[in-house]
Amino acid sequence: MSLLEIKNLHAGVEGREIIKGLSLTINPGEVHAVMGPNGSGKSTLAAVLAGREGYIITQGSVFYKGADLLDLDPEERAREGLFLAFQYPVEISGVNTTYFLKAALNEVRKHRGQPEVDAIEFLELIKDKIQLLELREDLLKRSVNEGFSGGEKKRAEILQMAVLEPTLAVLDETDSGLDIDALRIVANGVNRLRHPGHSQLVITHYQRLLNYIVPDFVHVLSDGRIVKSGRKELALELESKGYDWLIKGHPGQLQPA
Amino acid sequence: MIQTETAQQRPAAASDPFLAAFARIEQARDRQPVWPAWIFPLRKAGLARFAELGFPTLQQEDWRFTNVATIAQLPFRPLLAPGEVPPPADLAVKLPLAELTGPRLVFVDGHFAPALSSLGNLPKGVKVASLAAALATDGPLIQQHLEQHVRDNANAFAALNSAYFQDGAFVFVPAGVVVAEPVQLIHLATSKEAGAAVNLRHLLVAEPDSQMTVIESYLAAPDAACFTNVVTELVAASGARVEHCKFQDESAAAFHIAALHATFGRASNVWHHSFALGARLSRNSIRARLEGEGLECVLNGLYLPKGDQLMDHHMVVEHVAPRCASHEYFNGILDDRAKGVFHGRIHVNPGAQKTDAKQTNKNLLLSDEATVDTKPQLEIHADDVKCTHGATIGQMNEESIFYLRVRGIGEDLARRMLMHGFAGEIIDRVQHPVLREALDQIVWARLEENPQIAEGK
Repeated sequence: MSLLEIKNLHAGVEGREIIKGLSLTINPGEVHAVMGPNGSGKSTLAAVLAGREGYIITQGSVFYKGADLLDLDPEERAREGLFLAFQYPVEISGVNTTYFLKAALNEVRKHRGQPEVDAIEFLELIKDKIQLLELREDLLKRSVNEGFSGGEKKRAEILQMAVLEPTLAVLDETDSGLDIDALRIVANGVNRLRHPGHSQLVITHYQRLLNYIVPDFVHVLSDGRIVKSGRKELALELESKGYDWLIKGHPGQLQPA
Repeated sequence: MIQTETAQQRPAAASDPFLAAFARIEQARDRQPVWPAWIFPLRKAGLARFAELGFPTLQQEDWRFTNVATIAQLPFRPLLAPGEVPPPADLAVKLPLAELTGPRLVFVDGHFAPALSSLGNLPKGVKVASLAAALATDGPLIQQHLEQHVRDNANAFAALNSAYFQDGAFVFVPAGVVVAEPVQLIHLATSKEAGAAVNLRHLLVAEPDSQMTVIESYLAAPDAACFTNVVTELVAASGARVEHCKFQDESAAAFHIAALHATFGRASNVWHHSFALGARLSRNSIRARLEGEGLECVLNGLYLPKGDQLMDHHMVVEHVAPRCASHEYFNGILDDRAKGVFHGRIHVNPGAQKTDAKQTNKNLLLSDEATVDTKPQLEIHADDVKCTHGATIGQMNEESIFYLRVRGIGEDLARRMLMHGFAGEIIDRVQHPVLREALDQIVWARLEENPQIAEGK
C-alpha cells in the first residue's frame, strides 16, 4: 500500500484555485522532491497536507496510510506521523522549547500507545540529536524559535523532526535562507532519518538542496500541476535548462512520467 | 459624563464629608495623642492639597483613560477604627501565598491585626512592625523618610492618604543585613459598606548593602466594597538588593488605588512586580527615582482583567544619575468587556548619561469587547543613552496556534500554552522561587477559569 496518495487535487485559498489537478503517490521509504518556480503551488501543497485553515479543497482526494487525510485536524495528522518543516518557523514567546517539544512528543507517544517520557528521559533522548544538528543546548531553555538565527530555526525544525520520528516528513523550502554550511548540517540531519519506514517530500525552488538530500523521484510543479516527473537526474536537467524549458515548451500537454 | 465632571470638580466645602472625617481625626488626636506631634501637620497639608486638587478628571493627561467618578461619588467613610468582629484566627492559612514562610503583618480593613500576624526570628536591628506602633518607638527614624519620597504633588489620592492614613507597615533592614525570608504584608478588606475607605501607608527601607523581599497582598471578602487607597514608600539605599511584589486580588466590587513612591541608590538592584487580578477599578501608580549611579531596576507587571474590570498601571521612571538601567515589562490578558490602561514614561535627566532604559507593554485580547489604552513615552535630556519602548495589542496569534497543532498539540492545549507563556514571561522574572511558584499556580488557575480558553476560541 502506498503511504500517501494524492489524486486529482484541486485546492486554493481566498477564492483562488492554486492547485489544479495534482496527483502524486509516495511509497514507504521513498524520498520525493517537488520543484517549481514561485507561484507554482509548492507552499499551497505543504499547507494542504498539514491542514492549514483557510485552504479549500474543491476536488480530488488525499489518502494517507489508507485513510482520508483531509478529514483529520492538523494535530491528528501530526500524531499519525505526518511532519511539516516550516518554511518560516514561528517564534512563540514565553513557551519554553523543551516544554513544547516534550509535550509534542508525548502527544505522539500517547497516540501510539507508548508511555509518556518525563523530563529526564526527554533530555537523554534529545542530547545526541542536538549534537547531530550542531545546535547549542541552551536553545532548549529558550522560548520556541525566539531569538534564533535563520539557520538555527531551520536546524531546530529538523531537530523536532528527529525527536518526533515521523512516517512522512514534508520539508517546505527548508533550504531557503541557508548558507552552504547550514545547508550541509540540515541535510545531514535529514539524511540520518532516512530508513525504509520513513518517507520524505522535499519541496524546493532550487536544485542545490538535492545535491545533499538525494531524492528517488523528482516532480516539476507548474501552475498547480505536476508537468514532469523523473528520477533524480531531472533535477540536474532543470538546473542547466531552467523551468522555462518545461513550462513554456510544452504548455498543458505534459503528463506525469 | 457631564454629571461626572460636576461631581469631580466639587471643591471641599465646609459640609464636605472629607472635612467632617478629618474633624474626627483631630478630635481623636486631642483625646488620645498616640501619634507624634509632627504627623498632624503632614495630615493637614495632605488635606489642603486634596481640597485644592479634588478627584482627578478625564481632562487630566494622567487620568485620560481611567474615570474615577464612581469613587468620587461614593459616600466617604474612612474606617478610622478596627471593626468589631475580628476575622477568624485561621484565616491567614487559607489565603493565597500562605505557603510562604517568614514574618507577616496582617491588616484588616486598614488596621493592624496582631492576632493574625507573626514575626518569627528577625535578624538583629531589623524592624517589621505596624507603622502606628513603630511611630512610638522609632519616631525619628520614620520621620527621616515618611512622606519624603512622595514626589508627586499632583496625585490627589496620595494627598488623601496623607490626610487619613491610620496604619500600615514599617519595614526597616539595617546596613549590611540580609533578611532571607520574604516579609508579607497581607491586607484583608471585609467591609461591605459602600464608601468604606481604607487608607494605608507603608514605609519600606533597605539600608546600604542590605537585602529584603517584601510582598504586599490585597485580598477581600467576596462582596467587600472597600475603597482601598494605599501609598508605599520604598527606599533601596546604595548596594541594597530589594524585591518588592504587589499582589492585588480584591473583590469585584472593590476600588483599589495604589501608589508606589520609590527611591533607588547607587548600585542597588531592585525588582518590583505588580500582579493585578481583582477589584472593579484599580490603579497602580509607580514613581521610581533612580538617584544613585550604576543601579539596575526591573519594573514588571501582569494584569488579568475580565468582566467589567478596569486595570491601570501608570509609571514614571526618572533617571537622575548616570549608568543606570531600568527595564519595564507589563503584559495584560483581557477578557469580556475589560479595560486595560498602561502609561509608562521614562524621563532621562541631563546628567543621566549612559542610561539603559527599556519599556514594553504587551496586551492579549481574548474578546472583541475588551480594550486597551497604552501610552509608552520617552523624555530624554541626555545625548548618550540607549532607550527603547514599544507596545502591542492583539489577539492570540493564529500562526502560533497552527504551529503547535502541526506538532501534535491539540488546539485547546495550544491556546493554554500560549496564554500561559504570555503570563509566564512576567512570572519568570520573580526572583524568590517559592513566591514565583505560588504566583504561577494562582495565575494559571485563574486563566484556566477562563471559558474562552476552554471553548478553544
